[in-house]
Amino acid sequence: MSAANAKSVLTTPIFKNNPIALQILGICSALAVTTSMSVSLVMTLAVIFVTAFSNLFVSLIRHHIPSSIRIIVQMTIIASLVIVVDQILKAYAYEMSKQLSVFVGLIITNCIVMGRAEGFAMTNTPGMSFLDGIGNGIGYGFILMTVGFFRELLGAGSVFGFTVLQPVQDGGWYVPNGLLLLPPSAFFIIGLIIWVLRAMDPGQVEENEFKMKANTQPKEAV
Amino acid sequence: MAQSNNSIKKILTVAFALCIVCSIIVSTAAVALRSKQQFNQELDRKTNILEVAQLYESGMDVNETFESEITPRVVDLRSGEYTDEFDPSTYEGFQARRDPAASRTLSGEKDIAGLTRQENYSTVYLVGDPDDPEQIILPIRGQGLWGLMRGFLSVEGDGNTIVGITYYEHAETPGLGGEVNNPRWQAQWEGKEIFDEEGELAPAIALVKGGASGETEVDALSGATLTSNGVTNMLQFWLSPEGFGDYLARFREGIDRAEAQDANVELESSGGA
Repeated sequence: MSAANAKSVLTTPIFKNNPIALQILGICSALAVTTSMSVSLVMTLAVIFVTAFSNLFVSLIRHHIPSSIRIIVQMTIIASLVIVVDQILKAYAYEMSKQLSVFVGLIITNCIVMGRAEGFAMTNTPGMSFLDGIGNGIGYGFILMTVGFFRELLGAGSVFGFTVLQPVQDGGWYVPNGLLLLPPSAFFIIGLIIWVLRAMDPGQVEENEFKMKANTQPKEAV
Repeated sequence: MAQSNNSIKKILTVAFALCIVCSIIVSTAAVALRSKQQFNQELDRKTNILEVAQLYESGMDVNETFESEITPRVVDLRSGEYTDEFDPSTYEGFQARRDPAASRTLSGEKDIAGLTRQENYSTVYLVGDPDDPEQIILPIRGQGLWGLMRGFLSVEGDGNTIVGITYYEHAETPGLGGEVNNPRWQAQWEGKEIFDEEGELAPAIALVKGGASGETEVDALSGATLTSNGVTNMLQFWLSPEGFGDYLARFREGIDRAEAQDANVELESSGGA
């Protein structure tokens, strides 16, 4: 890991080692904030900012962090950054912060941020850690935007708030699929994305941890 | 390195230094951005007031319309009279409720909206001519299911007919109680009446289950009984003499008086508003 070059650190988290699709982290917020693309975009930017800077700061002081309190140190840095992001959103994007409500605050508990701080920034240089944070943020955002695109398009007939498929209630032809606006639909879409990614790159498919035996034959059971 | 890092002295130093640095960053951000955030909140409140008065159109200049259309006045809730003791543009009834000199404690039975404390003065927003308003916008608040709900109720100049209701702060369940802000549900408030014919000062307006009938009934929110109860309770509270009841009565009397004058010219008017 320490020999990783800047480009691969930045790009592998997008497809090859996506935090949501491969590591299955950060699913909770991916369900909650993907009903519309503009909300997903703001959430993505917030997470990129937080992962990048928390990685940077954790990496900067990594030689001084006592291992016994390292998790709480990381959490303190992450929480401070999240509060700053929340304050900035409230000041400059008030409507958006109302829509995102608690989910900005919940970036603190997003496993991607914590995972990168503990898994990468503690053992790598500040520059690399910063890039790794941006890369993972983009990887998270890529899934968020894709999910958001399908949910908004099929659920409300629009993209970024602009009507693409004229819904029936506004005199159009498209009957919006209400299921797509509910959280479970994000599971379906994330599942399909994981399927596509693993079909393209079979290396992502995990080995079975245990093998199931072939079905017992009826006569053996008797 | 690892050895010295884990000494108690080092742990305490790192923890302390980190806390200081982080708290400085957080408080700097909070203080530096406060004025901007307050401006946004103010704008949001004005937008909500215009929305409940059905004057809002997207893309309009909220501040300008608010200045030209709406006059805030501070009302003494105990007498129902206007007061000039406070500047209406800065007075915050919600904050005053904590000031023992400017508020009162509500005892169990009276406190149907779950407020615990109530301010003595509250700001109302008048649309049109302040002496003979087209609409009166009243701030309301009360407990919902999960927490305090704050909103506005707009009443026509007769002090009885509802124009609209909106909530700008609540923590109700999205999709159930959160539907208080569903435009379709809000639309059925228009034209409803607060008081029924014999009602005197006790407001009759309520949310009812299973289809509202009559002028003082509104459909409850399906799947959100406790939120609906909360809405009913806070309306019953704020529109009763404990809240804006005395103030609204002046408008209703004003109309009765005008009618009486038409019928009998000799009847002496007792002064009007």
